[in-house]
Amino acid sequence: MLEHALKGSKKYWGWIFSLSIIIVIGVFFYLKQFAFGLGITGLSRDVSWGFYIAQLTFLVGVAASGVMVVLPYYLHDYKQFGKLTILGEFLAIAAVAMCILFVFVDVGQPVRLMNILLYPSPSSILFWDTVVLSGYMLINIVISHVVLDSERKSIPPPKWIKPVIIISIPWAISIHTVTAFLYAGLAARPFWMTAVLAPRFLASAFSSGPALLLVLVFIIKRITKFDPGKEAVQKLALIITYAMAANIFFILMEFFTAFYSSIPEHIHHFQYLFFGLEGHTTLVPWMWASAILGVTSLVLLFIPKIRKNEDYLFIICVAIFISIWIDKGLGMVVTGFIPTPLGDVVDYWPTIPEALISLSIWAIGFFLITVFYKIALSVRKEVMT
Amino acid sequence: MDITRRKLLKLAGLGALGLTAGKYAKIFAKESFNKISSMNIGSTKRWAMVVDVRKCLVKEDCRDCINACHTTHNVPDLGNLKDEVKWIWKEDFENVFIEQENHYLEENLKEKRVPIFCNHCDNPPCVRVCPTQATWKREEDGIVMMDWHRCIGCRYCVVACPYGSRSFNWRDPRPFVKETNSDFPTRSKGVVEKCTFCEKRLAEGLAPACVEACKEKALIFGNLNDPKSEVRELLKENFSIRRKPGLGTEPEIYYLV
Repeated sequence: MLEHALKGSKKYWGWIFSLSIIIVIGVFFYLKQFAFGLGITGLSRDVSWGFYIAQLTFLVGVAASGVMVVLPYYLHDYKQFGKLTILGEFLAIAAVAMCILFVFVDVGQPVRLMNILLYPSPSSILFWDTVVLSGYMLINIVISHVVLDSERKSIPPPKWIKPVIIISIPWAISIHTVTAFLYAGLAARPFWMTAVLAPRFLASAFSSGPALLLVLVFIIKRITKFDPGKEAVQKLALIITYAMAANIFFILMEFFTAFYSSIPEHIHHFQYLFFGLEGHTTLVPWMWASAILGVTSLVLLFIPKIRKNEDYLFIICVAIFISIWIDKGLGMVVTGFIPTPLGDVVDYWPTIPEALISLSIWAIGFFLITVFYKIALSVRKEVMT
Repeated sequence: MDITRRKLLKLAGLGALGLTAGKYAKIFAKESFNKISSMNIGSTKRWAMVVDVRKCLVKEDCRDCINACHTTHNVPDLGNLKDEVKWIWKEDFENVFIEQENHYLEENLKEKRVPIFCNHCDNPPCVRVCPTQATWKREEDGIVMMDWHRCIGCRYCVVACPYGSRSFNWRDPRPFVKETNSDFPTRSKGVVEKCTFCEKRLAEGLAPACVEACKEKALIFGNLNDPKSEVRELLKENFSIRRKPGLGTEPEIYYLV
């Protein structure tokens, strides 16, 4: 099937080439980081996790969101999502691949990474995150491969794949729950010590992931003859709306608990995010941008006339993606460290090498998505003709 | 041809899975066994430290304990806050006991700096989160240990420590060690390190380097499980506090104020 990825228009190759350049630049900077150490990043003794781990967290959400097309199709027999399931699964695979790469670039001794599997530690959530993420990747590779292969041969998929697909549904929930548990069980970090973190992660994932999927679908629709169908797009838009509403609701819950209880160690983090703390305001404009984009998008999505206009919907999906990316991919992780357990306010901002390495991993993800989608759509085109 | 290659790959994958599963079954069995056996035996020693803040504050700018520790253990001086590595250091009393929140703190503690280090908690969150068991609590004496050859540098322990006691080597520390002590290993970049209660010196029957270096005798080290030990006597007769006791970590550094 891979041969489909090797045939394409000039535009296709131009896109692949541009991504490759970004990837090569990132690899160059990674080699520098490998030689010098993680000191090349903006991370410090006090803010010891940053951009890399935040991207991991955000992308686990994108990976988990594949379930939002798989569940209606396979559990509720919602036929309209038939054309989208494979795209959702491929997006999940690319997202998990990015997650694994972000873990890889974040560790100080990458050659020892296999120690996680050599000395399995059931008490460590990071161990379980490795298990559920690699399992999720494997399940999705098997499912997409088998389903696409049967489609190519114009035969119904084998019966044994159905239970695997059913398992993939709770498994998707598990990857983001376990990722939330990385944070939510740490007495040292009151900002993350909240039972609503996992539900909030899932809600934001189920709006940002499908938003990214819709953006990709709209782009594909413009450059190929692929059409997912109006109904499928609208159903997905509705899913995004409800998930975004739940997400904003959960964030407001956090605000209430922190500010009404008035416990300083809970308030400080939110103050740092939205108002600045002791003169440190690095994230304030970003967080307000995120809040405004998020709330405006939700209000617009509530209006059927706007939601049903695919041009508007495209822009709203981009806005939701950016809003949640800022929240999870920028603010959420870093703010857990600010202020520090000793009460110091230490700013963090990614350095240029750190940003370029991250960009390169995103480029690898988009490279994979491009190749996967190319294969899926070519196989489908072949079957049609 | 294509099909056989594919089948071969699939079979190889299944084989690898089977092998790992077997290994895992063994490891998990061992893990639970170790836990049970350690509970039955019970530990004979529990090393702990008492910091007499009153004595420590006699000489405010004193750095004797810090210097002794850092030269003994080849702790680098990187010269900036971002990359800093430290095993013992001094911090404002109000930051060390941040949960005390007292605007009318007694004069002789206000803006005074007290020494802090790893608390060698009885219930250490850093050990719980480590994905490779590169840090662990030694059952026989309660020291929270570190294996610099196994640590992958994920910094989860740094994130989980409520006391900020752990440092990561953001770059190669060796050029920043002023005089290398050949009796103690230097570290490579990309691993986490912290105070080890001088377990190497303890094995030789010596007191921790910081305790030995303190001329005011403000640092008192001993076995909490021995009711006649100096630390137990001190805790019996003085009011002591611990850092963030409400988190349930059971820190084993006691401060007399």
